Amino acid sequence: MASASTSKYNSHSLENESIKRTSRDGVNRDLTEAVPRLPGETLITDKEVIYICPFNGPIKGRVYITNYRLYLRSLETDSSLILDVPLGVISRIEKMGGATSRGENSYGLDITCKDMRNLRFALKQEGHSRRDMFEILTRYAFPLAHSLPLFAFLNEEKFNVDGWTVYNPVEEYRRQGLPNHHWRITFINKCYELCDTYPALLVVPYRASDDDLRRVATFRSRNRIPVLSWIHPENKTVIVRCSQPLVGMSGKRNKDDEKYLDVIRETNKQISKLTIYDARPSVNAVANKATGGGYESDDAYHNAELFFLDIHNIHVMRESLKKVKDIVYPNVEESHWLSSLESTHWLEHIKLVLTGAIQVADKVSSGKSSVLVHCSDGWDRTAQLTSLAMLMLDSFYRSIEGFEILVQKEWISFGHKFASRIGHGDKNHTDADRSPIFLQFIDCVWQMSKQFPTAFEFNEQFLIIILDHLYSCRFGTFLFNCESARERQKVTERTVSLWSLINSNKEKFKNPFYTKEINRVLYPVASMRHLELWVNYYIRWNPRIKQQQPNPVEQRYMELLALRDEYIKRLEELQLANSAKLSDPPTSPSSPSQMMPHVQTHF
Amino acid sequence: MLGKGVVGGGGGTKAPKPSFVSYVRPEEIHTNEKEVTEKEVTLHLLPGEQLLCEASTVLKYVQEDSCQHGVYGRLVCTDFKIAFLGDDESALDNDETQFKNKVIGENDITLHCVDQIYGVFDEKKKTLFGQLKKYPEKLIIHCKDLRVFQFCLRYTKEEEVKRIVSGIIHHTQAPKLLKRLFLFSYATAAQNNTVTDPKNHTVMFDTLKDWCWELERTKGNMKYKAVSVNEGYKVCERLPAYFVVPTPLPEENVQRFQGHGIPIWCWSCHNGSALLKMSALPKEQDDGILQIQKSFLDGIYKTIHRPPYEIVKTEDLSSNFLSLQEIQTAYSKFKQLFLIDNSTEFWDTDIKWFSLLESSSWLDIIRRCLKKAIEITECMEAQNMNVLLLEENASDLCCLISSLVQLMMDPHCRTRIGFQSLIQKEWVMGGHCFLDRCNHLRQNDKEEHQRQLSLPLTQSKSSPKRGFFREETDHLIKNLLGKRISKLINSSDELQDNFREFYDSWHSKSTDYHGLLLPHIEGPELKVWAQRYLRWIPEAQILGGGQVATLSKLLEMMEEVQSLQEKIDERHHSQQAPQAEAPCLLRNSARLSSLFPFALLQRHSSKPVLPTSGWKALGDEDDLAKREDEFVDLGDV
Repeated sequence: MASASTSKYNSHSLENESIKRTSRDGVNRDLTEAVPRLPGETLITDKEVIYICPFNGPIKGRVYITNYRLYLRSLETDSSLILDVPLGVISRIEKMGGATSRGENSYGLDITCKDMRNLRFALKQEGHSRRDMFEILTRYAFPLAHSLPLFAFLNEEKFNVDGWTVYNPVEEYRRQGLPNHHWRITFINKCYELCDTYPALLVVPYRASDDDLRRVATFRSRNRIPVLSWIHPENKTVIVRCSQPLVGMSGKRNKDDEKYLDVIRETNKQISKLTIYDARPSVNAVANKATGGGYESDDAYHNAELFFLDIHNIHVMRESLKKVKDIVYPNVEESHWLSSLESTHWLEHIKLVLTGAIQVADKVSSGKSSVLVHCSDGWDRTAQLTSLAMLMLDSFYRSIEGFEILVQKEWISFGHKFASRIGHGDKNHTDADRSPIFLQFIDCVWQMSKQFPTAFEFNEQFLIIILDHLYSCRFGTFLFNCESARERQKVTERTVSLWSLINSNKEKFKNPFYTKEINRVLYPVASMRHLELWVNYYIRWNPRIKQQQPNPVEQRYMELLALRDEYIKRLEELQLANSAKLSDPPTSPSSPSQMMPHVQTHF
Repeated sequence: MLGKGVVGGGGGTKAPKPSFVSYVRPEEIHTNEKEVTEKEVTLHLLPGEQLLCEASTVLKYVQEDSCQHGVYGRLVCTDFKIAFLGDDESALDNDETQFKNKVIGENDITLHCVDQIYGVFDEKKKTLFGQLKKYPEKLIIHCKDLRVFQFCLRYTKEEEVKRIVSGIIHHTQAPKLLKRLFLFSYATAAQNNTVTDPKNHTVMFDTLKDWCWELERTKGNMKYKAVSVNEGYKVCERLPAYFVVPTPLPEENVQRFQGHGIPIWCWSCHNGSALLKMSALPKEQDDGILQIQKSFLDGIYKTIHRPPYEIVKTEDLSSNFLSLQEIQTAYSKFKQLFLIDNSTEFWDTDIKWFSLLESSSWLDIIRRCLKKAIEITECMEAQNMNVLLLEENASDLCCLISSLVQLMMDPHCRTRIGFQSLIQKEWVMGGHCFLDRCNHLRQNDKEEHQRQLSLPLTQSKSSPKRGFFREETDHLIKNLLGKRISKLINSSDELQDNFREFYDSWHSKSTDYHGLLLPHIEGPELKVWAQRYLRWIPEAQILGGGQVATLSKLLEMMEEVQSLQEKIDERHHSQQAPQAEAPCLLRNSARLSSLFPFALLQRHSSKPVLPTSGWKALGDEDDLAKREDEFVDLGDV
């Protein structure tokens, strides 16, 4: 690839994008300073390196490492390249080349990132510069291994909106019309005694006593008992979430659990069955019996219908995403793009997750049956299914704040293990606990927003910034595995919320086409004919595969919006002027329209 | 989810594995039966159209919410179309009729639109052709526009079945004389010459004036001239009566080889470079004749190689590019992906959709067409070279490439009128053999002539309907299409570098110079044109979604801006009468479907469509799939 010739054309490369992004993020930047810094961010070191850009070839630059980011500025006159990478996205740092390495740029560091890219730097062999850089990066990218705090605890950013107030469980349940005479709010888990991975506040059937709940907890994996996630405003059917029952090899039964599910069923008088969706493939559910888990059998739960949704486990998803990276980074697989894409199975998994969520939503909405959703522990696939079904059913969650509440509620408060799945500040990149479950959920949301371009208040940038800060460790939002751990660490007091950043820059994340429609159920079409690889996320580092931003229709719409506002203003001015000279006789018509920009109607 | 009741099956005979399963439950058929006599829809005939045969009590299958049900009616065949006259048409409400085709109804299939006819015999699906010994219980018609019709003949009188089936087969498959094409009887009967608005009409390129106008528009008149040497088709029937050649070219040269070997002008770029095409000289064995040909061509090349003409680059499309056979084969595979009989088939193929799509090679062909056009655009725009397209008759790939280049380079071609004029200029006047390529006369021995050549063109743009044209074209060209250096094209490295640099540079700059528009041709950017190919498939429609949702928002906003503009005008000219309201295109747009305006004709409730097929094996990931999420034994809790 002719590096020099392409680089001079790439004024739109992502590296430049990142400048825009940081300034958009409200970072105070002193332009005379070499590196942008957040309040609380300190510069640790800087080094001269060769950045081996996979698209434009080697570029000489100076890299600055702070306790938050790696920042590279090109030292070459014909390149304005800038890299701005939060250390939180780093998953692995490897040394490449040894003392005997020959060949240009063969000695340096290869950094694997969690956001679908690798960064390679070549360093001089003399003067221990590689060793220094390796040690400093390791120290600050993986602070947990060095007894250092995550950057979120050092961040001193101030925003005029407090994102921690966005989600208030009592308010959210009140919005859903809860408590009512079938459902009550319980504080039994106030000190996380019933279940340490559940939130403090839970909504349970009115007829189940706290003692009942304690007994049910003994029969559910990690005490994650069935609790209400969402109630249908009209037919009062509910989505309830939990973990698998502890049936085991011997097929244990628990009268309290059976009774409890029956109580849930009875809150809805319209149908005689409770529908249970087990997110797993049935073979896995059966296999789980061997380790003490299992599923609700027909014998024990007469009034329930069980369906398996065939969604695979976290390991399958992790491997699938790895394969996606293989075909898109650094180069996009060219000769057999479609079959390569198919062989990653990524979109197939997306299809299954969406299909499951559609079934949940449809059952509640038109099947008029309450639904219980679980997988094994009820914090991965279960969170995906309940939150996506809620997004389909409840238009509130399709607004910016509504979506934040949805994430805060179904994912963060119900103990999706963000710390384990992402590995914040942790150096063990091969940890089998890591898995892109939340990314998969955001991808499903993106697929929905593609299919319904007017139904969501937020745009693609909103989803991307959420994913960027899922890894960055700049905000406390996604840190730790559950609410009890967050409370112990006083996360809301000691860190800033991602929603503070987003909600104080809301305009940037708004979809101009958004049309608010209450009570509209959205059913995406979970067919491969409509599912697409999210190019603007997965392939965003490749400057060649950059989709037009904004797209032409959106651009045109924004122009028209501006024109409309201008006309409304003019009309108001004219009305004022007319009423002022109401007594004056009408003057002969001039030609004011010629001075006005007329809207072009050709399409 | 699906009713498994199978219609038919012929009493107690146990059929082998059925290749076709019907999902109509018998009870549904009987409930509908009462209505048969109540509603009689009259057959609408065009002037000159004649009814040939008909059958009553035919059941048409209608897909609804992934279930099929039947509608009774009459199946007729005229010399123009096959039509089903049922009672479901009357149910269309206003919104739906707004975009109804006035000539071809929802249940009409023009004879030329029929692609393949199948009969179902004892649940086995077989292709129907020629004389039949046995008549099917069910007729399935696959249309060239990708509609699929299914008619059940079980309740039709045997006589009528024979008549309608053999009638349809005959009139859609038997070879036809040109003069028997319906269009001629229609034209005689209709005699209706509509006057076109002169300032808003398509340039037909059938007069010298039209060519002069085009020369002037593109400023090609400095170096090229329109000639009338072929007036009355004296020289050659293949060429139009009027066309354009380099100014110094002697007109008698045209006559020499009946128009072969003559550089014919297509279009001039703003920088003066031009796109030309030439049909090759006939292949000769005789050395003497070859010598004559060579000296003739030398003379031609001398003319166009000399200033004021730019350097000429010759693109031999016959040897260095796609073959017509490749295009035909790919399209045959590709279209099969959209001719779907039922929901089960849709979901069964869904899981391997991407590999099926890839194995058709259709998108790769589209990519290669676009890439060739971008290469030529680069030569003309960046290197200021003339490009001469060379092909045997200059009437297939020449039409395709030359119109793609013009769409990329000339914004006029992206207007509705401009596009229609382009089709007229490059395809109709360019002598594309529509009759053979579409096999309108159904000459079976000429099968090899059928090529879907114009389809690659329309895949890279949209049909010029309803003034959506520019936006859609922009969209399709800019977003749907992608890039890559095909290993299949033999080009020098230098050419590739030029192409790469030009392509990357255009895409990385936000400004467009001279209205140039280059499509993305990267793998992930090249997608199936869903609105054309998926439009009749109910499973594929997104209710209230799709691109049309944003487009209708845009139109609403345009209306609002226009009405504000009028209000402001009114305030200024208070005595002037307010202008008539702009026609409202898409009222009640909130519930349009992604396949608008086509799929409106399908009835739909708000039930979601659910995939029915299972999970494909993960192969090497099986071990992972068996693992548990967390490695904690829950044993004795």
